[in-house]
Amino acid sequence: MRWINRRPGRPLAVALALAPFALAALAYVAGSEARLAANPADKLLPAPSTLWDAAMAALTEADRRSGEILFWNDTFASLTRLALGVGIAAALALTLGLAAGLLPLAGAGLSPFVAAVSMAPPLALLPILFIVFGLGEVSKVALIVIGTAPFMIRDMAGRVAETPVEQIVKAETLGASSLVIALRVALPQAMPRLIQAVRLSLGPAWLFLIAAEAIAATEGLGYRIFLVRRYLAMDVILVYVAWITILAALLDLALRRLSARAFPWAEPAR
Amino acid sequence: MSFVSVRNVFQSYGDRPILERVSVEVEEGCFVSIVGASGCGKSTFLRLLLAQETPSRGEVSIAGQPPAREPGRDRGVVFQKYSVFPHLTIRDNILAAEELSARWGRLWGRARRAARERADAALARVGLAHVADQYPAALSGGMQQRLAIAQALQARPRILLLDEPFGALDPGTRLSMHDFLTELRAETPMTVFMVTHDLSEGFKLADRVLVFDKTRWDPDAPERWGATITYDFDARHGGIPFQSARAPHAA
Repeated sequence: MRWINRRPGRPLAVALALAPFALAALAYVAGSEARLAANPADKLLPAPSTLWDAAMAALTEADRRSGEILFWNDTFASLTRLALGVGIAAALALTLGLAAGLLPLAGAGLSPFVAAVSMAPPLALLPILFIVFGLGEVSKVALIVIGTAPFMIRDMAGRVAETPVEQIVKAETLGASSLVIALRVALPQAMPRLIQAVRLSLGPAWLFLIAAEAIAATEGLGYRIFLVRRYLAMDVILVYVAWITILAALLDLALRRLSARAFPWAEPAR
Repeated sequence: MSFVSVRNVFQSYGDRPILERVSVEVEEGCFVSIVGASGCGKSTFLRLLLAQETPSRGEVSIAGQPPAREPGRDRGVVFQKYSVFPHLTIRDNILAAEELSARWGRLWGRARRAARERADAALARVGLAHVADQYPAALSGGMQQRLAIAQALQARPRILLLDEPFGALDPGTRLSMHDFLTELRAETPMTVFMVTHDLSEGFKLADRVLVFDKTRWDPDAPERWGATITYDFDARHGGIPFQSARAPHAA
């Protein structure tokens, strides 16, 4: 039998999925033990028990100065920025993408500009944002918007433009105006795609968020990581990185569930 | 004055002629099949009737109206595929025939309830009532085309245009769709234009069969000349005997 035709059964699939995680954990533990054996004060690869203690401390212990648990404050601050940035970008993508994809006049005016803007590296624009909007929340949210919106707008415009011409003509023969075709034919069919675009944009969005927080912030997950880096506090950094990974995975899962629940017609037939 | 009037229509894409000197008059209630080889302009002719395209010369007029510049409610259409809205349930697809012409594309309150009842009646008539709440993807190809026809008719168009509506169906389903269409026409007389590449289907269903072909042919440049109506058959009574409703090449 050819290798391309060999499929894992359920138990093997689960084992194969877990194996890389187990291997990575094993490698870490081995490396950590080796380093700690040589130097018990080593900070680079803290022992799992140290990581656990750091996690518990971060999750439960209040900051001595403010009396608040910084971990949750950071999480809330970062998620707010992320939601605002991606939300604004998605709203832009929906309106501009719909217009550009559906109306040839709007597309002719918008598409070249959006294509040009999407070529500008967002991180290079960050200093400009800091100068223009100051070091507050606006510049961080703006970076996420600038970083993710062009891709989403182009994706939406392309997707809307792909609507079969038969469907558009059909709607015209049923008396639909341009507005109605946008609202009742193009928009609903673009929504699953928008969620898909948001899912794909979350990776870059996290990147821009943490970059902006690393440079200028007073709270946030990225800020905390770069702050404790000064003390080589690997235990805290690793806990925060794991937490960010979990948050990203949960967000992705939630969006996938939402799409399947809200747009059952868009699910591939099983 | 005839119901559908096509007067000396030419259509070309760039410098490539597709149709030339096409003229035909069709009475109200007539079922016209349009047949011909691939690339002979049948679908172009249908798009001209639909007003999806405007002819480079000549004009198409329906019920004495001035030539349309874009498709509207007076023309119903069913394509070979993508004719129904995948994101609407089967009932909502029928409902769309009444809703989409509203200002915001929706009806509310009493108007919506009345439209919904009419939609359910239409679904019952075409045998789709039991799947009203499902999405079109759950339907077979034949059922989807049934839905597409019912949807087009729900908007009460002046003419119904069918672009190879049964082309993607298996032979058995195609036969039952022929019966379905014949029954529908018996209930409500309507003017129909159907493009098909199946000659027997054309003659079986239609009152008239228009044959599109190129009258001039340059073997070195097949793109040189456009096609026109070369035969116009009376297809009533099973098309036998094949009487020509007008002589070939008559202007």
